[in-house]
Amino acid sequence: MISFAECSARERLALLFDAGSFHEWIAPAERLTSPHLAQLGVPSAFDDGVAIGRARLDGHEVFVAAQEGEFMGGGVGEVHGAKLVGLLQRAVRDEPEAVVLLAESGGVRLHEANAGLIAVSEVMRAVLDVRAAGIPVLVLIGGANGCFGGMGIVARCADFIVMSDVGRLAMSGPEVIEASHGVEEYDSRDRALVWRTSGGKHRWLIGDCDALVEDDVSAFRAAAVAALKASRPVTLESLEAEHALLDARLHMLPIEADGTDQATQLWRELGIEQADRVPDLDVDAVRALRIA
Amino acid sequence: MNWNQLVTRLFGSADGVHAAGDFLAGDVTFEGQPITLVGTTNHAPIGVALALAQARVVLDTIARHPGRPILLLIDTQGQQLRRRDETLGINRAMAHLGMCIDLARRRGHPVVGLVYDQALSGGFITSGLIADACYALPEAEIRVMRIPAMARVTKLSEEVLTALSESNPVFAPGVRNYVAMGGVRALWDGDLPAALRDALVHSPTTDERARDGADRGGRRLAAAVVQRVLDAA
Repeated sequence: MISFAECSARERLALLFDAGSFHEWIAPAERLTSPHLAQLGVPSAFDDGVAIGRARLDGHEVFVAAQEGEFMGGGVGEVHGAKLVGLLQRAVRDEPEAVVLLAESGGVRLHEANAGLIAVSEVMRAVLDVRAAGIPVLVLIGGANGCFGGMGIVARCADFIVMSDVGRLAMSGPEVIEASHGVEEYDSRDRALVWRTSGGKHRWLIGDCDALVEDDVSAFRAAAVAALKASRPVTLESLEAEHALLDARLHMLPIEADGTDQATQLWRELGIEQADRVPDLDVDAVRALRIA
Repeated sequence: MNWNQLVTRLFGSADGVHAAGDFLAGDVTFEGQPITLVGTTNHAPIGVALALAQARVVLDTIARHPGRPILLLIDTQGQQLRRRDETLGINRAMAHLGMCIDLARRRGHPVVGLVYDQALSGGFITSGLIADACYALPEAEIRVMRIPAMARVTKLSEEVLTALSESNPVFAPGVRNYVAMGGVRALWDGDLPAALRDALVHSPTTDERARDGADRGGRRLAAAVVQRVLDAA
């Protein structure tokens, strides 16, 4: 068992896809770096924090991207975002069997804030172009930095999300919410609370991810292989169903917290048994709790 | 400019548009053409409820009025920073709003975004930034974060960042920087109905922002990097 969380982006690419099959586009040797970081005197990376290319997954040709959480928290800058957009546009042109994004990102890279924000919106549109072409987009989330901000939105624009229990998927990080509304609102140092609010088990139980796996590269690989044909067309009917689900969920939590843990309350409202015990249960046990 | 003045200048009257808290919606007629209007006011924080309220209007327009243009009126302080919204999956609700707008575009509804007051990061990315094209009033403000906050994150002085922002639009708030980078297609100055007429006819249906950013010199690399990926052996 190899921890997905502890691997670098490139280790994940090497281990998750068929051995030796990853072929990189704009490899680090080309030294494509962010000019904005250079202008700020901040160290840059020769891949700007994301590796992209093609690979094989159980023999199937896929296009892949892996964000490196160790570099600026996986933040999306101009070059980083453009590499993702290029990959997605190339997928529309070349029609691989799927696109697999190994997402690990705090969202927009604040050092190049404006360019990063536009870039994330370009990635979002490009993901939806790939889906409209009938090519499934799979997102794998299990890095230590989680998948936040604009990338948390991008992930939910995909066809299929695989998470580990240590993975996190959300919009704003706990530190940002705590800074804005105080420690009573969100104690960012309360790890159990953070994972109940954004972690893989929570996202699985409420249906925000499609597969929950152990923090193990081979488990991620197996889940990705199983999802290769997961294309889900975006239609008025599918969006109406999504709307109904989100609207019903919205009414399950009171606007003012009454001291009960909100995540636990939501699980209970959804009819999940042993809601109080979820944090102590292992992945297999939690996987069995979800209401179909 | 407040939404009431804006709508009156665009459509002759604000009848047909209603505000419920921070939420704006309505049906207006522009030169004989019915238009759906949806958006926010009061620098709204966009939480799950407000994302869904906007998505509802877009879905209803797709279902009941095929092809009808949609005008998104943007005034937001960004995403709602509450734990309840995070628990409920605010990123999913915002993605849903963005996907509803995207579906409207793909079904031939012209979708035009207009930042009439303030636009920030999370509240902007699934509205104006996913329209066919986004425009702004000259006095509007668009940003990810203010320079003092950016100075804290980057550990650089405000003076350095302010100086850099003179030469590089990436670093500083401002609608003109967003125009230079291609994120905003143009500013609406003076004759607002003429600007809307032009936007409804000439907004691109493909994503031209990286190319605009390169042509305007505000975002020089994005389009070239995309092309390099397309051409890579």
